[in-house]
Amino acid sequence: MTVKQLSVFVENRPGRMSAMTRLLGDNGINIRAMSIADTKDFGILRLIVNDADKALEVLKEAGCSVTITNVLAIRIADRPGGLADAMDVLYKDNISVEYMYAAFINEQDETAYLVLRVDSNDKAITALKEGGFHLLSQDELSKI
Amino acid sequence: MGKYWNEEIECMSREDMKKLQSERLVAQVRHVWDNVPYYRRLMEEKGVTPDDINGIEDLHKLPFLTKADLRDAYPYGLLAKPLADCVRIQSTSGTTGKRVVAFYTQHDIDLWDDCCARAITAAGGTREDVCQVCYGYGLFTGGPGLNGGSHKVGCLTLPMSSGNTERQIQFMRDLGSTILCCTPSYAAYIGETLHDMGYGPEDIKLKAGIFGAEPWTEEMRHEIERLLGIKAYDIYGLTEISGPGVSFECEEQTGMHINEDHFIAEIIDPNTGEVLPEGSKGELVFTSITKEAFPLLRYRTRDICVLTRKKCSCGRTLVKMSKPMGRSDDMLIIKGVNVFPSQIESVLLKMSKATPNYQIIVDRVNNTDTFEIRVELSDDMLSDTIKSIEDLEKKIAADIHSILGIRAKIRLVEPKSIPRSEGKAVRVIDKRKLV
Repeated sequence: MTVKQLSVFVENRPGRMSAMTRLLGDNGINIRAMSIADTKDFGILRLIVNDADKALEVLKEAGCSVTITNVLAIRIADRPGGLADAMDVLYKDNISVEYMYAAFINEQDETAYLVLRVDSNDKAITALKEGGFHLLSQDELSKI
Repeated sequence: MGKYWNEEIECMSREDMKKLQSERLVAQVRHVWDNVPYYRRLMEEKGVTPDDINGIEDLHKLPFLTKADLRDAYPYGLLAKPLADCVRIQSTSGTTGKRVVAFYTQHDIDLWDDCCARAITAAGGTREDVCQVCYGYGLFTGGPGLNGGSHKVGCLTLPMSSGNTERQIQFMRDLGSTILCCTPSYAAYIGETLHDMGYGPEDIKLKAGIFGAEPWTEEMRHEIERLLGIKAYDIYGLTEISGPGVSFECEEQTGMHINEDHFIAEIIDPNTGEVLPEGSKGELVFTSITKEAFPLLRYRTRDICVLTRKKCSCGRTLVKMSKPMGRSDDMLIIKGVNVFPSQIESVLLKMSKATPNYQIIVDRVNNTDTFEIRVELSDDMLSDTIKSIEDLEKKIAADIHSILGIRAKIRLVEPKSIPRSEGKAVRVIDKRKLV
């Protein structure tokens, strides 16, 4: 119940984001969630896309340094406290969140999606499922 | 005290010097043949025996030694005396991470000190002087060499080592240092700090500086002379041959006199190994004719320079070498430290399955070298967290520091972002305009 996240190394130079996102767009890859972790000299662009394997191939071909990490994509209620409920579940089971970011996967209903990188995927999956949360599979992700 | 440390030697006629060198060379070749199987084998391969060497005119018959030989023979393979007779080692970095270790008997230390004493005397030093040595002490030859020379001359010696510049200036002012020994970039830095502290040359008693271990320009000389109100003298040497003092500058400041009674200099074509006539630009080769423990014969320094016997106004007859104009290998001198790209490679190789592409960028900002290494990040070095990439940067920086003893700024860059020339990455960009 994990989804593939692409992590791309990006130097802090003008035009890098533009080139990379254009490349994905031209290859029909839709970005469903993203975040950037940055330092003075470089950043790591983390991407959830509709077709991770193709995106990996396209990026590698373009000479990017890119790696795949399995992360969790969970559905939470889009209301005050919705995120807190999910965090509570993880905290109770002593699971650390290394980073997380919001996904733009939703259309109209009252849910939101969150991408989570935790110290133990297995433990987190069990805990979240028991807590009544829905986790997206790779398959579901590509169909949204 | 006169203007020479050893007038007889320093002003010896060419004929007498040739005779002295020939006698010493013949004895040295015999000593090496008898005691260094490694070099004996090189001689045998070339079909030369000590009987073929009857004077300096036969020098060209001997095989060369290179840094690769020093690596292959590490640590004791070129030692010509029992370890029990040795009293010291000094060391410098080698080409592939393995260091060069040079051994000294007391006799070797004495002759090295003597060479440095000549340099200090040529810079106007006497036993009345206060000599502040801010070269690094330790395995690096700078500090120990000038320290020994300063003692020999009888100067009051301040063994400061490098760093803590404000303290350097405090000692300089409080104890009235008259001679400064350090790298030229550190001399410039001391000069700038002096001015930043609100002082000028009139607030110190320095009259001369002996600066070496890294390349510097005439512009830098003038800058240092202006900042510190001194006359700045160049000094040259290498650990393999002894250390600083292999050659030194006189008041004419037009090249460095080689201590020929200890070291015979030749200029060769780096490609063919052929000896070139006086005045030709080529690779400098030294033969150590008096050292006991680590007597290298025909050692290729890889420094490109010119020798001249033009009459010098100082009266010395010792042959003069120009400042090194470049290298016949890829060694860089950064902050006075020898750096080979292969050393950087050996560090990077440990970080990834394949050696990542990298580029060394050296510049000189405010008379101080800057040292940056750009490393192309390969997929197996990448992770999804900043922390792990920063840890990788720190690890590379720490490993570089432990191998070279100087710090480099590590910058991770995207794959294929380092410019290639004919498919090969350009390994070194040296923006310092030193030649």
